Amino acid sequence: MRFEYAPAPESRAVVRLRDSYGLFIGGSFVSGSSVFKTISPATEEVLAEITLGGAEDIDRAVAAARHAYERVWSVMPGRERGKYLFRIARLLAERAREFAVLETMDNGKPIRESRDVDVPLASAHFFYHAGWADKLGYAGFGPSPKPLGVAGQVIPWNFPLLMLAWKIAPALACGNTVVLKPAETTPLTAMLFAEVCQQADLPPGVVNIVTGDGGTGRLLAGHPGIDKIAFTGSTEVGKEIARQCAVSGQRLTLELGGKAANIVFDDAPIDQAVEGIINGIFFNQGHVCCAGSRLLVQESVAGPLLDALKRRMATLRLGDPMDKNTDIGAINSRPQLEKIESLAASGEEEGAERWSAPCPLPDRGFWFPPTLFTGVASSSPIAREEIFGPVLTVTTFRTPDEAVAKANATQYGLSAGVWTSKGSLALELASRLRAGVVWANTFNRFDPGSPFGGYKESGFGREGGRHGLEAYLDVVATDVAGTLVAGDV
Amino acid sequence: MGHNGLMDVTSSDSALRRFLHGLPGVDEVGAQARAETLARRSVKADAKRFALDLAISMIDLTTLEGQDTPGKVRAMCAKARQPGYGAPPVAAVCVYPDLVPLCVTAVAGSPVRVASVATAFPSGRAALDVKLADVKCAVAAGADEIDMVIDRGAFLAGQYLAVSEEIAAVKTACGDAHLKVILETGELGTLDSVRRASWLAMLSGADFIKTSTGKVAPAATLPVTLVMLEAVRDFQAGGGMIGVKAAGGIRTAKDALRYLVLVNETAGEEWLDPRYFRLGASSLLNDLLMQRVRMETGRYSGPDYMTVD
Repeated sequence: MRFEYAPAPESRAVVRLRDSYGLFIGGSFVSGSSVFKTISPATEEVLAEITLGGAEDIDRAVAAARHAYERVWSVMPGRERGKYLFRIARLLAERAREFAVLETMDNGKPIRESRDVDVPLASAHFFYHAGWADKLGYAGFGPSPKPLGVAGQVIPWNFPLLMLAWKIAPALACGNTVVLKPAETTPLTAMLFAEVCQQADLPPGVVNIVTGDGGTGRLLAGHPGIDKIAFTGSTEVGKEIARQCAVSGQRLTLELGGKAANIVFDDAPIDQAVEGIINGIFFNQGHVCCAGSRLLVQESVAGPLLDALKRRMATLRLGDPMDKNTDIGAINSRPQLEKIESLAASGEEEGAERWSAPCPLPDRGFWFPPTLFTGVASSSPIAREEIFGPVLTVTTFRTPDEAVAKANATQYGLSAGVWTSKGSLALELASRLRAGVVWANTFNRFDPGSPFGGYKESGFGREGGRHGLEAYLDVVATDVAGTLVAGDV
Repeated sequence: MGHNGLMDVTSSDSALRRFLHGLPGVDEVGAQARAETLARRSVKADAKRFALDLAISMIDLTTLEGQDTPGKVRAMCAKARQPGYGAPPVAAVCVYPDLVPLCVTAVAGSPVRVASVATAFPSGRAALDVKLADVKCAVAAGADEIDMVIDRGAFLAGQYLAVSEEIAAVKTACGDAHLKVILETGELGTLDSVRRASWLAMLSGADFIKTSTGKVAPAATLPVTLVMLEAVRDFQAGGGMIGVKAAGGIRTAKDALRYLVLVNETAGEEWLDPRYFRLGASSLLNDLLMQRVRMETGRYSGPDYMTVD
């Protein structure tokens, strides 16, 4: 019997959208000189008008951050800073539904993911780092490591609030102040976060948020008043920033693209491996830098595995991201959709065989069906370039050595997955795969206590865990009494 | 895998062992996560109306107590035929073998079937002759369905052929009656064992594989049922349609709907049919009825407005 789930949309009533949003500088919302619009990628409806930050705005924000750094935040004992972080964590948890709904409206990701992943993890990052604030002297970076100063942080549109948390929580815990530039297409949860900063009585200027486009991001990254730049986004822009920093001498961490291998051995738990492949590439429409976009499957199980994978892909529910039963939401923007479409078309032109899940696409908004390619040449762009969409390429291997060689044959190295029932094989591969995270019998699992970051062109520096603190600290070998405060307890 | 090829596996202990231990493993964490994800599906409005009635029509309304009396069983049969509030009848009543004749009379003329537990339920600790006699008595008394228990001791000792032959013997003793094979997953320990026991039962003649007796905790769980649904789905290619019965511990309408979602998205809609999926339960029916009334009237009536049995 056919069991159709009736629409189960999450209510938008919990969100109070404003018509326009200013910049958050020095603890209050201020207007700028020009504006742009942010839309819902699922409906193309205009959600709000956003301020486009210019050079003067960045100057003001950096000055506010500098002032707060020198007068308040860097001289505040760690346990006091921790209290503010705990408060922010609590407020994020208390207002979780509001954040989840707003994130889904602005980003297009299913409410199931913003509700169960993005927002709880964002809150968890603040809780985790709140705990570090008064224990930095015990983090292994010397007895009294110092903050760096003002951090300029540029974040992407795929996990807007979560990437904000990854950036702001460790920076603040270590005693830095920040100027954050959210992505052009997803500024709304950052503006709601600014309200949370006010609600938490965070001292003005500790967190400044300047919305805008790529140009605004460039202005921030190139600003001489910034001591540290943290960027998550494309490898192309990351390289540009790295060149800039090589001249200016600013500290830098980059979290860039990926083309992760998800390796399935013939002794793998097949049903769970299928779930892991699905979660690896279709989670968040594949807009995940660590997405498992290259499936490497042992040739002896390739046939049954692909049958099972297609059967499972056919059950994915694509559509209204606000519906609680939606698995696959909207592509974040028209340019991103065009990029995915053009790469997929190039795959077909090169003779790879395309299979897409037979799900109907809505008329309005930006959509791409879950898709896999077989018969892919290793040299093909779809096998090498980051597609950043719901597109999986499938290739086979014969032996563990071949699996490792193929998995490592990429300019990226952010993540990898291994599926096997043999613990020794999983551990061996973990040591041989050149990737910042190796998941065994799971994929896309995140935890604030676990460092995340890349090898090769996927970037450098780690976010999360004890290791992530280093990105926001100056390691001090000896303590000079009375001059160092960030590590004080 | 052809039908005959599958049956060859039961020819010897070593062939069975090779086959069962060659099945892909189950990662417990992954299976748990999948079951949890599906449990968060939101079933509302028309979908909920449909699912509530479907769940009612899949119930094996059960009483398996030492204190069962003719009065109690008759009342249960009446409720099975006519749950009230416009709800459809349930699939079957499920009782101990000595109460089968009473049930046969009580449900006569209705679509409700009579299921009997047998084979020294619930422990299964008796000689094979005794178990077969138990089955034959129930069938002779008019049982349409037999719920047998596997020999968990033999299964855990790796004596797969013994388990298989016993199931096959019971199947023969059933004649036309449908055979449900209870794996008692709460005693099997791992999902790998659940998968192996599922295949063992299907290969040996089960019409249904059933999670639990209801006498051991944990009884039915979503991850266990997920693994069993995967087994019947994979068996279908070479061996035909086998049903699944989740029994024990399913008390609320919300739980029941979660099982239906699991069936829908694991085995598929072919299994959304009382011929291929059952819920073994007693108190569940009242909660489904209360939810049904709420859907119709917009108000939640409360347990005082439901019959006790």
